[in-house]
Amino acid sequence: MRYWWKALAVLLLIYTLIGGFLIEVPKQVILYESIRNLYFHVPMWFTMIFLFLLSMINSIKNLSSGSIEDDRKAIEFVNVGIIFGILGTLTGSIWAKFTWGAWWTNDVKLNGSAITMLIYLAYVILRGSLEDEQKRARISAVYNIFAFVLLVVFIGILPRMTDSLHPGNGGNPGFNNYDLDNNMKLVFYPAVLGWILLGYWISTIRMRISRLKENTNS
Amino acid sequence: MTTWIALFWIVLLFASTNASMQSFKAESGRQFYFYYSLCSPQSIILAKLIFNGSLLLLIALVNWLLFTVLLGNPIENSGIFFLVLLFGSLGFSGVLTLVSGIASKTNNNSTLTAILAFPIMLPMLLTAVKASMLSGLGFGWDECGTYIALMALINVVIIALAYVLFPYLWRS
Repeated sequence: MRYWWKALAVLLLIYTLIGGFLIEVPKQVILYESIRNLYFHVPMWFTMIFLFLLSMINSIKNLSSGSIEDDRKAIEFVNVGIIFGILGTLTGSIWAKFTWGAWWTNDVKLNGSAITMLIYLAYVILRGSLEDEQKRARISAVYNIFAFVLLVVFIGILPRMTDSLHPGNGGNPGFNNYDLDNNMKLVFYPAVLGWILLGYWISTIRMRISRLKENTNS
Repeated sequence: MTTWIALFWIVLLFASTNASMQSFKAESGRQFYFYYSLCSPQSIILAKLIFNGSLLLLIALVNWLLFTVLLGNPIENSGIFFLVLLFGSLGFSGVLTLVSGIASKTNNNSTLTAILAFPIMLPMLLTAVKASMLSGLGFGWDECGTYIALMALINVVIIALAYVLFPYLWRS
């Protein structure tokens, strides 16, 4: 039963898909049935931040131990995190088209997500331009820690200071007040956990692939 | 005034990027080993931060002077605008110093500095632009205070991170 959490991830995601599309949701003007996107759009961002956090922790470990294994974990968490970021942007973009009327707006959170993507693509480019394994591990770890801490400071503070189209910012009524009723919480929290577990699972598979590739090369 | 501020920060952003890019270019090779044997990495990064910070502040002030001569000065509250410039140039110098240190370890130094530094600098740039808009309209502490405080906080974080992380960069 070492892999109980994988079974849990599958069960939670099946529950999210079935419950997310069938369980009663509150009827909101403009949102209507698109409110169900909450179970897919928001967990994508949570998963992305979670994976980037794990990546930064592994970067710190790498700086103190100098082990290549920690570096491998750091890059694979970032790779999967970027995919979840792209999925979050896509689901958000579709949602925005049907509620706000545009695929992309100059909202502070959208800018924040674009900046996040740019930072981590820059991280991947930085790794691509370094040849030596040890050197690449250490230097990219420094950038990873620097970028992640600043990113958290920014996306933790900036959206709270400016008006946003998203709920819960700048005087907008948040989902937490009355929109997110108990029915929705019943699906939303399991969905978040399920997507996070799936993201972690994909990362571990990618780490195994990378480890095997290295073993066959040497 | 919107155009003035937009132009001002674009000029400042590119000027500071170009100025800070030089900070590790000069000492590749043997000079590097000389410094390495002479003093601790912490004192090197602090020295570089102080130098680059004052250099960028100087550039920002010259920029302001030139804009005043050529385009006029629409800024109503100069004190607040000066504080924005101070924290903005300090923050830029912190990010650019560490990032150019990172980029100096690779082959394509200057391109990589821009790629690595711009996304990190963007949120601070947005905050600085917003605060300069408010100071340009003549608002005082009550309205700009939170932005100034945010920029000061970011500066503290950047300097602390650069201080902690630079020794690892130095060792390689």
